[in-house]
Amino acid sequence: MSPALLVVPVAAPLAAAGVLVLAGRRSPVLVRVVGWGVSALVLAVGAVLLAATVEGQLTTARLGGWPPGIAIVLVADVLSALLLVVTSALVLVSLVFAAATGEDDGSFVPLALVLSTGVYGALLTGDLFNLFVFVEVMLVPSYVLLVAGGGARRLAAGRRYLAVNLLASTLFLAGVGLVYGVTGTVALGELAGAAAAPEVGIAGAVVLVALAVKAAVVPLHSWLPGSYAAAGPAVVVLFSGLLTKVGVYALYRIWSVVFDGDRRWLWLLMAAGVATMVIGVLGAVGERTMRSVLTFHMVSQIGYMVVGLALSTVAGLAAGIFFLVQYVLVKAALLMCAGAVEVTHGTDELARLRGLGRREPALAVAFGLSALALVGVPPLSGFVAKLALLDATLDAGQHVAAGVVVVVSLLTLTSMLKVWNAVFTEAAPEPGGPGAAGPDAGPGQPGVVVAPPATRPRVRPALVAPALLLAILAVGLGIWAEPLLAVADAAARGLVDTTAYVTAVTSS
Amino acid sequence: MSAAVLIGVLVAGGVWLVLQRGPLPVVFGFVLLGHAVNVLLLAAGGTDRRGAPFAGRGAPATTADPLPQAFVLTAIVIAFGITVYLLGLVRAERPDEAAPDPGDPDPVDARDGERDDAHRIGGAP
Repeated sequence: MSPALLVVPVAAPLAAAGVLVLAGRRSPVLVRVVGWGVSALVLAVGAVLLAATVEGQLTTARLGGWPPGIAIVLVADVLSALLLVVTSALVLVSLVFAAATGEDDGSFVPLALVLSTGVYGALLTGDLFNLFVFVEVMLVPSYVLLVAGGGARRLAAGRRYLAVNLLASTLFLAGVGLVYGVTGTVALGELAGAAAAPEVGIAGAVVLVALAVKAAVVPLHSWLPGSYAAAGPAVVVLFSGLLTKVGVYALYRIWSVVFDGDRRWLWLLMAAGVATMVIGVLGAVGERTMRSVLTFHMVSQIGYMVVGLALSTVAGLAAGIFFLVQYVLVKAALLMCAGAVEVTHGTDELARLRGLGRREPALAVAFGLSALALVGVPPLSGFVAKLALLDATLDAGQHVAAGVVVVVSLLTLTSMLKVWNAVFTEAAPEPGGPGAAGPDAGPGQPGVVVAPPATRPRVRPALVAPALLLAILAVGLGIWAEPLLAVADAAARGLVDTTAYVTAVTSS
Repeated sequence: MSAAVLIGVLVAGGVWLVLQRGPLPVVFGFVLLGHAVNVLLLAAGGTDRRGAPFAGRGAPATTADPLPQAFVLTAIVIAFGITVYLLGLVRAERPDEAAPDPGDPDPVDARDGERDDAHRIGGAP
């Protein structure tokens, strides 16, 4: 495998973004062609890398030809390659969705490409400091994207988001400095298992706390729901699949390599994971718009991945990785449904929407399938992920966590039902009609403004198509789960036994 | 030792400023915290060796470690850019000074922005 292939995901989107800033003003078509093309290219590179790494062939690139320890090392193992495929697919889908919502005029595509550069770089780097740099490369465009379109609510959300992330980045950098101070290196390969020494453990813990903020792990999660709910529909799709997931990836990587899955502290991770699951799902109960329900659920779903990490067994990590992959797709589909509703009807407030199920069958199918996948109903992808996680928790004797996984899934079902009932079910189209009975007869309530069905606009097919595609993918991943399960298992083995990764990073 | 004292003072000042009301002290607080971390990074390379780190010149025992210096340079650039952007956001959010925003689709949002606590970074939504 040519090392030059590893440079493509980092260099190509960045170069394309530069070209588009210079040349894209005049031609929206050029912007779309370049943006979609580059994302598809990265997807192809990711697929090639994944095929190679699954067979046990890790690829390493040492930029600039410097010796190990100084060179910028890019390395692809199964986990990195798998997430590269998933994230680039998500970038591609959200660019298509942004074209449908009309958000991709101006600087959306270049910014999204720079953001994706940071994501790919963070997935591929084998060095703590470069991880920091790539995370910043990812965050800086996100600050701009979040407030794009303006409005006081977005500005306030953007400032809060920026302040939290700036603080977390400062903490991250302090952690990197402490790690360098006590070990004299920031290369992940040379740090393998170094946290057995208490001073390195403490320095590494500072890095982990900073990453937990980025991943929105309870109790460091409160920045996420408010700021994501304020962003544009396509922007939040992009964010949901990339930003916190990079935090989760870095937690997986650093915990496995630097801490070597230290069994003494797993209870702490387990407590954080369980709390994240529960608090995220409970926070969604009182929310009143489709999007804010979904963003609160984001916190809850991150808890599942942290529980997988807290098991630190092959089965647990594999379940966590499988969950991460299917979750990125399913959540993007749900957020696209919410975005499609919002773009078409001007609001995604639950109390102001009603009866979309019969008028928008494609949207209802997309939302229904992905909501059930999120809940974990067989035969959808979420079922496989949660069953694997449940199996792994029971194997490890973590009965409390297993119980919480089941209960939180039920709570997820209730809030998905709440959204479904409010948005898609038919209620009294005419006052006094047969459907008016029942507690949620919306249009009859005072203060609820809904246009008569005949005048309400229809959701355009281009808005539904990406969500429908991802929902069908969720069904596919549920029924033909074996290939992805095998890949997740290989990725988990690479995390439990890091010898191959460490050799790939350190060998010259 | 002097580096440790400096970091302590900078962090103390930064934390105090971040906890103040109003957006500007918070931005300056982040600047101070960033400086504290930069000093920490420099100290991580060892403060006792001061020789210029050129290849082939000076003994390795006396030359400074160039890697943390490169880290700090990168970190300064990133922190500077983000600070300027944060200042821009703070400026854009003052309804009385900034230009009116014709693209604001929702008048409810504009009213939210005029609430007392809207100028606080990290304040309640």
